[in-house]
Amino acid sequence: MALATKSGRNTARPPAAAPTRGFWASTIGKKTVMAASGLIMLAYLVAHVTGNLKVFFGPEEFNGYGHWLRVMGAPVLHHQWGLWIARIVLLTAVVAHAVSAYQLSRRDIKARPTAYVHRRKGASYATRTMRWGGVVLGLFIVWHVLDLTTGTVHAGGFEEGRPYQNVIDTFSTWYGNVIYIVAMLAVGLHVRHGFWSAAQTLGIGNARRERALTFLANALALVLTAGFIAVPVGVMTGVVS
Amino acid sequence: MTFTDYTVGEPIADTKAPAGPIAERWDTRRFQAKLVNPANRRGHRIIVVGTGLAGGSAGATLAEQGYQVVQFCYQDSPRRAHSIAAQGGINAAKNYRNDGDSVHRLFYDTVKGGDFRARESNVHRLAQISVEIIDQCVAQGVPFAREYGGLLDTRSFGGVQVSRTFYARGQTGQQLLLGAYQALSRQIAAGNVEMHPRTEMLDLIVVDGRARGIVARDLVTGRISTHYADAVVLATGGYGNVFYLSTNAMNSNATAVWRAHRRGAWFANPCFTQIHPTCIPRTGDHQSKLTLMSESLRNDGRIWVPKAKGDTRPADEIPEDERDYYLERIYPSFGNLVPRDIASRAAKNVCDEGRGVGPGGQGVYLDFADAIRRMGRAKVEEKYGNLFDMYERITAENPYEVPMRIYPAVHYTMGGLWVDYDLQTTVPGLFAIGEANFSDHGANRLGASALMQGLADGYFVLPATINDYLARHPHSDPVTDDHPAVREVLAETEDRLHLLLAVDGDRTPDSFHRELGEVMWEFCGMARTEAGLRKALRRIPEIREEFWRRIKVPGTGEEFNQSLEKANRIVDYLELAELMCLDALHREESCGGHFREESQTPDGEAARRDEEFSYAAAWEFPGSGGRPPGEHGTPDGAAPVLHREALTFEYVHPTQRSYA
Amino acid sequence: MRLNLRVWRQKNGDAEGAMATYRVDGISPDMSFLEMLDTLNEELILRGEDPVAFDHDCREGICGACSLVINGDAHGPERTTSCQLHMRSFRDGDTIDVEPWRAAAFPVVKDLVVDRSAFDRIIQAGGYVSVPTGSAPEAHATPVPKADADHAFEHAECIGCGACVAACPNGSAMLFTSAKVNHLGVLPQGAPERESRVLDMVAQMDAEGFGGCTLTGECATACPKGIPLPSIAAMNKEWLRARRKAGRS
Repeated sequence: MALATKSGRNTARPPAAAPTRGFWASTIGKKTVMAASGLIMLAYLVAHVTGNLKVFFGPEEFNGYGHWLRVMGAPVLHHQWGLWIARIVLLTAVVAHAVSAYQLSRRDIKARPTAYVHRRKGASYATRTMRWGGVVLGLFIVWHVLDLTTGTVHAGGFEEGRPYQNVIDTFSTWYGNVIYIVAMLAVGLHVRHGFWSAAQTLGIGNARRERALTFLANALALVLTAGFIAVPVGVMTGVVS
Repeated sequence: MTFTDYTVGEPIADTKAPAGPIAERWDTRRFQAKLVNPANRRGHRIIVVGTGLAGGSAGATLAEQGYQVVQFCYQDSPRRAHSIAAQGGINAAKNYRNDGDSVHRLFYDTVKGGDFRARESNVHRLAQISVEIIDQCVAQGVPFAREYGGLLDTRSFGGVQVSRTFYARGQTGQQLLLGAYQALSRQIAAGNVEMHPRTEMLDLIVVDGRARGIVARDLVTGRISTHYADAVVLATGGYGNVFYLSTNAMNSNATAVWRAHRRGAWFANPCFTQIHPTCIPRTGDHQSKLTLMSESLRNDGRIWVPKAKGDTRPADEIPEDERDYYLERIYPSFGNLVPRDIASRAAKNVCDEGRGVGPGGQGVYLDFADAIRRMGRAKVEEKYGNLFDMYERITAENPYEVPMRIYPAVHYTMGGLWVDYDLQTTVPGLFAIGEANFSDHGANRLGASALMQGLADGYFVLPATINDYLARHPHSDPVTDDHPAVREVLAETEDRLHLLLAVDGDRTPDSFHRELGEVMWEFCGMARTEAGLRKALRRIPEIREEFWRRIKVPGTGEEFNQSLEKANRIVDYLELAELMCLDALHREESCGGHFREESQTPDGEAARRDEEFSYAAAWEFPGSGGRPPGEHGTPDGAAPVLHREALTFEYVHPTQRSYA
Repeated sequence: MRLNLRVWRQKNGDAEGAMATYRVDGISPDMSFLEMLDTLNEELILRGEDPVAFDHDCREGICGACSLVINGDAHGPERTTSCQLHMRSFRDGDTIDVEPWRAAAFPVVKDLVVDRSAFDRIIQAGGYVSVPTGSAPEAHATPVPKADADHAFEHAECIGCGACVAACPNGSAMLFTSAKVNHLGVLPQGAPERESRVLDMVAQMDAEGFGGCTLTGECATACPKGIPLPSIAAMNKEWLRARRKAGRS
């Protein structure tokens, strides 16, 4: 029999790190950043889809809207300042969202190093959809900017200031439609869990508001996805030409 | 070698309770007790074994006072001690209901409920402290049930006619324990308590006549270690698992108290065990434990059996006039609320008559049909929902539709280490608190009093009285592993474990435990006879002998080995069981939970014999101080020594209990 | 009943583990899951094999010791503890997989036994009301609205079994931590330490290596005591509130 002759403290496994009350160090802090940046992007998406639907009212209205974005805030703001402010805010939100998501995901995967031998169906469905959906959306945003903002990978002749035509160009290619529609379905799924989740993270959710929040999350997801997909569908069916 | 004999030693008396009016004794004692200067407390180490209501509250409070506490529990966390399973509630003489309750009435009820076998001074102190416990627990955030006005709700409980039981649905023990656990956690974080979970005490270290430490085994690594202190507190609960089937947790055990007994702590009233009337009946041989249904169910449920023997009709097909609501019939004024021992024995009697229900006829109905008609199902659900759910989960029967079946089961042990008013055992420096001591419940414990006693001992009594001992022994010489007394204890512990592993026989630990349990339940259970007890006293040494010949414990001692843990506990059960039977045999009267068939009134009620037995029986282990391993039972020729502590009743005069 | 069991066997924390297959026979539907394992262990002992180690104690669903993942579900298919799961939930001839809780913060001790001391340390970080014995005011001095008392109770019911962590794909302890934060936070007695409690408990929870919450809801589904998922949102709110107050002071 092993005999320890000293009386002493049991060697309990030491915690992985020293506890800290810091905001960013905390999983809840990171989640808060993720929720807040997500809501900023969500607000942007709502504006974006509203603007997109103008495509159904003809090139003038749509191109005029595109022009307005550049003079947004005038005369207080200089030409394109409004747009750049929005771009900076959005870029910050995207980076904050991605960095917090990446760090949290790494942490989460580390916290559960061994999988169960008996796997259950759909156990981590929402988490995985959010992770992979997020990566898909990140890639999509890059493509989307290169396609319709800078025109770098645009199919056909990209012309700045003529967004209507550029949109029709993009959705005249099969891969343009596929990439876009797949991405918009991902947006729907991401928003659906993300909005509800952000509400929980920010402490807005409670048992009483549960139904309203779920409804709102579903409604937002549906309206955004349908609204965004309406454009390529419009181009494909010839409603927009 | 037989164990059926004993010798009578010097009487014993409690010398710590002051004289004078009973209501002033506790104040007087607290004033008389010497104090330890706050600056000197840090220099004292106190070992506390167990983290239930008594141990948890004591560890936290002693640490708050500035002592260095070293605490142990066999569970993986101090939060899992079996106090957590107490359901019903906790008594306190708050008289919030204005229903005539008072400290004196709680004192009176407890002495009477204990069938006049408890020490008046202790019981009165318990009743006094009860009110402070509620204050303390509420302040800790224990979510007791409340009324709409925001004030605390109370209910009545078996054996009393006032509503003084505070509760938190059916989980009062859990909530109180978590309160104590949280207080203890705060002290662990502050560095005042050194906590050793998954560590089991295997023996007591006595040096120069004083308790100075323990031998413990780390259940994960198998490491055996010694721990030293200026005082040792045992808060290790009761020994109901001697019966194998009981409502105790699977790992609750008697090793700490039994080893302390063998090292010189006298064991009082071991035969006083409480059989709880409302447990779920067993379903077969596979049964590993019994589950209690809170006694509070008896407030609204009605207990009955068919009038006819062998009536196998389903309950709803038995018409009202063919049912025997036997408690209401025999005890019209208390009805279904008679004390536990009476309710249990009545159930046994009707089942023995062949009127029991369910498989094997070992059950009676507890029927809520009337309550559901009277208060509506919603109200019943609110009051008892979790208990009903638990019943349905275990039995797959819906108690809202068919009556529950219940049967008595071993639940609590009133006996335990003998302690004085200061809760000190006969080994100086060794204290026993909670269910581990024998102090307050006499021969029968009233419902909702166990939680009260555990917390009274841990929060209030021990922290006041242990000062006196420590103040009188301010400088203890350090003890080391080289000390001959330590070496001897260590060697004995190691040899015992080695031997258990070495036998390599053909029977599992559980098979012996089950066999012992059957003997104890049959002969030392709800009804005891001289012939039965003598038979048990013959059987137990035989089982013990077979145990040491045929036990099989796989694995080694240097690892997590649950079979070894179990086997080692059974070693102690096999010895304690014998003392229980001997105590039951010598007490030729019926009182409380101890019913000797030879001593009953013409109508079958327990007959106490005060002239001969108005004492607490404190047993001394012959030749205390251990014996070589491998030799089991008591040393040859030595019989346990009985020391009587005469009980005098100045305030509550013994009467034959009547609940009719 | 006759069953095929596939059980995780691992000698100790440092050893490699694997699933081992056993057949058990003569199982009664009235047995609890743990009694079924007892039956297996009795056979293993007699065959001279090492019995399966698993944590268990009260066997009435309240101590929180038992901790088995059965067919991928923490505590098995019913919403209860492993000890209160009965064999009538299975069918004759079933193959049942039994595994330990899986989380980095809950390392395996042996077979199906894990070390959950991280939970104790979370409570030690602040899961209490600082009220030394003897300092309490009269219990009726502070009435507590029944709704608040009930709310506190519903969260105080947590048995600390760790099923929430075991079920969570991220090994997160948010439900456990939030149960205590909500229990004490809603009561007037817990109010003075409301901010430090949530900040310190969350800090400890993170330091123990539990994952973050992605609100999959698996924890609340597995919880044998029904601690609700909104408990987590309420803790987030408490944490943000405490951070704001900490920022101001």
